[in-house]
Amino acid sequence: MTDTPAKGQAVNEATVSHSSLQEYKELTRQGLWKNNPALVQLLGLCPLLAVTATVTNALGLGLATLLVLMGSNLTVSLVRQWVPKEIRIPVFVMVIATFVTLVQLSMNAYVYGLYQALGIFIPLIVTNCVIIGRAEAYASKNPWQKALYDGFIMGFGFTLVLVLLGGIREIIGNGTLFDGAELLLGDWATALRIEVVQFDFPLLLAILPPGAFIAMGFIIALKNIIDQYRAARVPKPLKEVTRARVTAQ
Amino acid sequence: MSFKIAASPHAHQRRTTQQVMRWVYMALIPGLLVQSYFFGLGVWVQMLLALGTAWLSEAACMALRGRSVSQAWQDHTAVVTALLLAISIPSLAPWWIIVIGTAFSVIVVKHVYGGVGQNLFNPAMAGYVLLLISFPVQMTAWPVPQELALYSISLSDTAQLIFTGFSNAGYNLEQLRLGIDGVTMATPLDSLRTDLAQALTVSEATNKAMFSSALGGIGWAWLNLAFLLGGLVLIKVRVISWHIPAGMLLGLLVPALFMSWFYPDQSVGPLLHALSGATMLGAFFIATDPVTAATSNRGRLYFGLLIGLLVFIIRTWGGYPDAVAFAVLLANMVVPVIDKYTQPIAYGHGGKL
Repeated sequence: MTDTPAKGQAVNEATVSHSSLQEYKELTRQGLWKNNPALVQLLGLCPLLAVTATVTNALGLGLATLLVLMGSNLTVSLVRQWVPKEIRIPVFVMVIATFVTLVQLSMNAYVYGLYQALGIFIPLIVTNCVIIGRAEAYASKNPWQKALYDGFIMGFGFTLVLVLLGGIREIIGNGTLFDGAELLLGDWATALRIEVVQFDFPLLLAILPPGAFIAMGFIIALKNIIDQYRAARVPKPLKEVTRARVTAQ
Repeated sequence: MSFKIAASPHAHQRRTTQQVMRWVYMALIPGLLVQSYFFGLGVWVQMLLALGTAWLSEAACMALRGRSVSQAWQDHTAVVTALLLAISIPSLAPWWIIVIGTAFSVIVVKHVYGGVGQNLFNPAMAGYVLLLISFPVQMTAWPVPQELALYSISLSDTAQLIFTGFSNAGYNLEQLRLGIDGVTMATPLDSLRTDLAQALTVSEATNKAMFSSALGGIGWAWLNLAFLLGGLVLIKVRVISWHIPAGMLLGLLVPALFMSWFYPDQSVGPLLHALSGATMLGAFFIATDPVTAATSNRGRLYFGLLIGLLVFIIRTWGGYPDAVAFAVLLANMVVPVIDKYTQPIAYGHGGKL
């Protein structure tokens, strides 16, 4: 930790002398809420906005990203002693690309329908800034257990937002939930399909790209409202009187 | 004797936003009359629906933002948004179309950005685009001009159609859109577009009943002339400046003129462009929105030119028959750049003399 931490995120993550459990708690809070990759860091928006037309697609891409993120964080953390600082970025990229290829080939083999639905966005995971961001900011500086957990929780936070956005867009734009879940989970999952509302004329905008931007804006706004509300509820620390006493006590 | 030193601007009109907006909707009246003459009374029902929705959404937003709800209606900007949207959509569209569109215009396009004077995009046109790409079927179902229609539609039919989808006699909108020749009629621009795509020449494509008595299509030509009249009044009373309408018409008509010189059989002439679709409504009432247009006069001219050119491009080569809404939104995005490069130089602050 010789370099100065970047403003905001790195400060909280710096390996200060927490007890271990507390540190994992903090990582969880960061990944799911305070520093959520999709809602706060606004990283990886391209797949986030492009494929979240249905919950199934969103879940598929979220899980793929989660796997890549865990794998790359683990590997980067394990080799961090041997990677010279000058060439760390190419090394990270190759590690990430390897995992993306693994995930892509597995999806091609086992969930072919979803593989086709997600299309170019699976190989594009390699350019997802969340992954290289976590490798650089966290995994390359921390032991592998924590890096693995960080990868998991960040990926999980990302997936949650993807699924939420996918759900909103699918309900408004199609009136269903889990439409096409069998592409991801196998034939039994056709039973998961829920017809929430029966639209004669669904609002197509919601499943088109502009709908993704608008819905994402509202989700971020909602998060900010919740943050403000919570900040307002915390009692302010009492102001200490700093006036010097001149008289003797 | 004391001299007060006041900050500029020193010459200004004593006109409130409400008065400006009142002029705008007064100037819409000729167009409204013509529209209800040719296309039935649906537009008035749509207007009532739009006004109601706009008022409710405006009040709800003001309440949520902690502002005075009673002031919500005072500046009348929402009235103009609602009216423009009601005029732009097909007058027999189902009631939920206008409700969704107006609510989106006021809540998302206007208030999410900060309310009156803060919005980036023209609210009415953003609402229109939302509707057009979400509900293409309903949004292209323009009623047939009354004199060409197989069935005439009374006021109670109109209300029935808008609220239930069926007229008193049980016809639905598709049946009522049959022309005298028993074929569902498209709007003139739509029909031209389809015919030109099928390699018909313009003279063949305009050899139809809907083009018989007026260039630009029965009803549409008069509608455009009525909006032109209203627009000229607005320029006369100096509610809008001539730059944007002139720019837009130039940007649309000059390329159209060149195209019809070089490809007289395959391209729509300038007069047809000027008198069909939403050309005049767009040029005088929509593009001139003071909030989302460029600020300086030179900038307004460029802004108008850009809109006109985009309308021409989309009408000629694009996927939609008319393009005013898309063109206005695209030009709205360019406004900050236009404003940056057309900012007039203040006296004494550089620039060439």
